[in-house]
Amino acid sequence: MHGFDFEIIWRTAPYVFMTGMVFTIKLTVFATIGAIILGTLLAMMRLSSNRIVSGLSGGYVNFLRALPLILIIFWFYFLVPYIFGWILQAGHPISVGGFTSALITFVLFEAAYFCEIMRAGIQSIPRGQIGAGYALGLNYWQVMWHIVLPQAFRNMTPVLLTQMIVLFQDTSLVYVLSLTDFLGAANNVAQRDGRLVEMFIFAALVYFLISYAASRTVKRLERRMAIVR
Amino acid sequence: MIEFKNVSKWYGSFQVLTDCSTSVSKGEVVVVCGPSGSGKSTLIKTANALEPFQQGEIFIDGISVGAPSTNLPKLRSRIGMVFQHFELFPHLSVMRNLSLAQIKVLGRPEKEAMERARSLLERVGLSAHIDKYPGQLSGGQQQRVAIARALAMDPLAMLFDEPTSALDPEMVNEVLDVMVDLAKEGMTMMVVTHEMGFARKVAHRVIFMDEGKIVEDCTKDDFFGHVDQRSDRAKLFLSKILSH
Repeated sequence: MHGFDFEIIWRTAPYVFMTGMVFTIKLTVFATIGAIILGTLLAMMRLSSNRIVSGLSGGYVNFLRALPLILIIFWFYFLVPYIFGWILQAGHPISVGGFTSALITFVLFEAAYFCEIMRAGIQSIPRGQIGAGYALGLNYWQVMWHIVLPQAFRNMTPVLLTQMIVLFQDTSLVYVLSLTDFLGAANNVAQRDGRLVEMFIFAALVYFLISYAASRTVKRLERRMAIVR
Repeated sequence: MIEFKNVSKWYGSFQVLTDCSTSVSKGEVVVVCGPSGSGKSTLIKTANALEPFQQGEIFIDGISVGAPSTNLPKLRSRIGMVFQHFELFPHLSVMRNLSLAQIKVLGRPEKEAMERARSLLERVGLSAHIDKYPGQLSGGQQQRVAIARALAMDPLAMLFDEPTSALDPEMVNEVLDVMVDLAKEGMTMMVVTHEMGFARKVAHRVIFMDEGKIVEDCTKDDFFGHVDQRSDRAKLFLSKILSH
């Protein structure tokens, strides 16, 4: 391999992983947690018998799913400081930092997708289960929290994890905000040392290995988790 | 105890219940029977507001089920309900199935709720299965757990919605035995069932429904004893299910 210097990968690994990959994983994990919570609330709203409540949720989901992620990343990056400034009555935009801005964006965007997953999950629970909960005197929130959502999560875990893998790959788009995620860190090294081929091959390999291993794990989990009724 | 006054219900333009009036007194066992689609399950489910109704009134121990001011969770917690398909919570152990609502709805301390769960499981003969999950039990065992779960709330009355019709024939009796014991102890019961043997043994009254209407509402002895005085529809029904 004359002319290529793959040694650079070893030399810069501490930076690429400790700075870049840590950022990527932090963003993926926090965004997934936030998006699942918001998505679940949206799914409950979507299934409400109140037309206004379900309409609001439906509108939100359809709107966000109709827009490219990169556009929303830009949008929020410029909008969030103004929104924070307005909420805190500061009279000027408040800088929230790239990470917070990216996190909010991913939570809001991915919630639309997690909403659809959780909606299917909630609808997969037999209606009799809900009736049995009500018949025991539990209220709506108790029925949801103790009976419907635990079963829905269990049914949907493979799909939720698959969506999380998609989110993991999507976080690389934060390079447009000049944030140093894994791809950003690899890119920094590549540009600085002129080792584009080596670093991008390496980055692709890492994304592939992590995503592939994760989706294999999900497959295995899926087989093991068939619910006993 | 349970009073239905001119209850009517529609699904869209289709009327499923027409002007149903009847009552169940304290300590009384009332069996509701009739052909499928006659509205008997719907009627029993209106009693604890699992099915809404558009006309008439239902009172449980003097409290109106349909009134907007009624605290439905509280009212439901005082009425036990047993379903055709058991509806145990598959992700919770038998113990947790029995204790959850005691703790969350009645506010019982966990220890007391577990104590109550244990004694009820013993009563339905399932103490050995306390830590199992519903999926590990047979249909008959699941239905007995479901009865224990309803009893754990110390209900004023019990509603049974075809409790044995989803069971294998050999498991029907273990469930009926529990219900017979319960009736003999003086529990107020409203039971939708086709088990005429059960009706003969413990019912005080029999209600016969057809096409959403209460066609017959009489004592057990009249229902089974004086068949000639019954309506043609009830006669036909009885001749079909009693002939073998």
